[in-house]
Amino acid sequence: MAILVFVEDAGDELSQQAIAFGRSLAGDSDPLDAVRITNDGAGYAPAAWAHALAEVISERRPAAVVAPGSERGNEVLAHVAARLDLPMAAHCTSVALGDPAEVVRLRWGGSLLEEARIHGSPVLLTVAPHAIAADGVLDPAEIESVAASEEPADLLVRVSERVPSAVAGVSLADAEVVVSGGRGVGSAEGFVALEELASLLGGAVGCSRAVTSAGWRPHSDQVGQTGTKVSPELYIACGISGATQHLAGVKGAKKLLAINPDGEASIFASADYAVIGDLHEVVPAISAEIRKARGS
Amino acid sequence: MNILACVKRVPLTGGRIVLTDDERAISTRHLGFTVSPHEECACEEAVRLVEQHGGSSTVLTLGPPEAEEQLRDMMAIGVERAIHLVSDGSESDPQATAAAIVSAVREQGFDLLMFGNESADAGNYQVAVRVAYALGLPVVTGVKAIAVLDGGAAVRCEQEVPGGRDVYTVPLPAVVTVKEGINLPRYPSVPGRLRAKRKPVESTVAGPVDARLEMVRLRLPSGAEKQTQVLGHGADAAPAVISVLAELGLV
Ligand SMILES: Cc1cc2nc3c(=O)[nH]c(=O)nc-3n(C[C@H](O)[C@H](O)[C@H](O)COP(=O)(O)OP(=O)(O)OC[C@H]3O[C@@H](n4cnc5c(N)ncnc54)[C@H](O)[C@@H]3O)c2cc1C
Ligand SMILES: Cc1cc2nc3c(=O)[nH]c(=O)nc-3n(C[C@H](O)[C@H](O)[C@H](O)COP(=O)(O)OP(=O)(O)OC[C@H]3O[C@@H](n4cnc5c(N)ncnc54)[C@H](O)[C@@H]3O)c2cc1C
Repeated sequence: MAILVFVEDAGDELSQQAIAFGRSLAGDSDPLDAVRITNDGAGYAPAAWAHALAEVISERRPAAVVAPGSERGNEVLAHVAARLDLPMAAHCTSVALGDPAEVVRLRWGGSLLEEARIHGSPVLLTVAPHAIAADGVLDPAEIESVAASEEPADLLVRVSERVPSAVAGVSLADAEVVVSGGRGVGSAEGFVALEELASLLGGAVGCSRAVTSAGWRPHSDQVGQTGTKVSPELYIACGISGATQHLAGVKGAKKLLAINPDGEASIFASADYAVIGDLHEVVPAISAEIRKARGS
Repeated sequence: MNILACVKRVPLTGGRIVLTDDERAISTRHLGFTVSPHEECACEEAVRLVEQHGGSSTVLTLGPPEAEEQLRDMMAIGVERAIHLVSDGSESDPQATAAAIVSAVREQGFDLLMFGNESADAGNYQVAVRVAYALGLPVVTGVKAIAVLDGGAAVRCEQEVPGGRDVYTVPLPAVVTVKEGINLPRYPSVPGRLRAKRKPVESTVAGPVDARLEMVRLRLPSGAEKQTQVLGHGADAAPAVISVLAELGLV
């Protein structure tokens, strides 16, 4: 039985992961169709993309439709599921086809796994980000282009304009070092010391939800399940207790250093390095030591 | 404008998740409950839009009798009334959830139906889209800013994308899913909480439905606990931290 992969963008990592996932499902014996939707430079229109994809699905009747676990992958597949009245599972890490199909998927931003059955065919699923490595098995030339629907009803929701973001310093999502503060920082002013350390390390400042809720930092600095997912070489957690929803945003970090006076804080269970102490003393001391080492 | 916001009651887990013996739920013996931050922001946005443009706000949940607590919490920040579709506490699936919401709201004439971009727990990113299709309405997801245009005939929505924001303008009525960051929800005041106790909650029973996305079992991801190296106590730890930074090639 054929597997159909929805490719949001051939150059995009999550799309490539969806292709790798589709390939592992199809194996050597079953065909793999990879489809992307084109709309002649007009803005993205989710219903128009989904309509075109749903028609391909109805024609070819694949065993499963696999989409990337990106915002748009989830969105387009949800539209397909609603159009075809089929169940859909988001952010899957594995699937066994059959009747019913069995999947493992992420809950709580990856802090919990769910084993679920999907009663419906074809099986619709999106792939959890980074659950599988992109393996480059498909040449971009092998990705079929299908034109988006042009029915007026499908174009009611369409991107009419892209407003570029004002770039200021290193972006949180791409930073090599993130110096992140929690409720333990105590105030908006308390972040000055974290900013200083971040700038010495060429990194970005992040924070927990306790901080954004208090209005000390903007939400764009929030790391976690409902904030930004980061993947630095080093994440420095200052005054953060280690709630699962915060850690959901830190899973991509290579190393984690936690600074907290409470030796029992859950953050330490996820930390590679620990400093037990008051961040108001420790953070400036680290900055001073870096300056000393650099002789400035 | 008449605005609906849909919320889901979920346990407020702390640093560690513990499952029930049957592995079908999170053990909540020591936990409080909440809604997703996205959904709290949807309620705050509904209240603000009504403050600016008139009309009324309604919060809806499908969940066990105890979920009335989350409805009262949202009414404490200013939502005027609530609809409670009362279930027996067992999960169903996104299709059935959307169908139940649709039958409760179809005749209510909402101009704007707001949802979270995804729920806090199951997070299948789809209830709102299914509701929109069933009602024949346009749907914009992941919205971080909403402005009402033409005296309530349309809304301009901004969605965060890598490198900027995409803008959509859609006619009302419409479905919109929002993300945390669209606003900073107000903290419920004591008078707000008192008023919330007297606000109307309309409840109906939601019967069990067969799930087509059927949860079988939950489990914790493996990921062994890390070997933590304690670098020291207080400011005296700074030189040891620098050694680590040097090892990682960061200084
Ligand atoms: C659905 C959902 C989604 C969520 N999404 C997110 C999210 O995206 N991001 C997020 O962060 N949270 C999120 N949360 C909230 C999360 O559950 C926690 O409430 C939050 O992360 C706690 O922030 P905190 O660690 O800063 O505060 P606290 O838990 O209050 O911890 C403060 C810590 O600071 C330490 N401390 C105190 N004084 C000092 C000092 N002088 N020096 C050093 N340490 C000190 C304390 O020992 C404590 O460990 C979400 C919650 C839900 C329900
Ligand atoms: C008869 C019946 C009984 C149910 N009983 C329960 C129960 O006791 N406890 C329970 O937790 N769930 C219950 N549910 C709901 C169901 O388990 C899930 O909420 C549903 O699977 C939604 O999937 P999701 O969380 O992945 O949604 P997503 O698609 O990720 O949710 C997106 C958005 O949809 C809205 N939404 C999602 N779920 C609900 C909800 N339940 N109420 C209002 N708005 C919602 C929110 O705005 C959310 O942010 C019941 C459903 C039915 C049909």
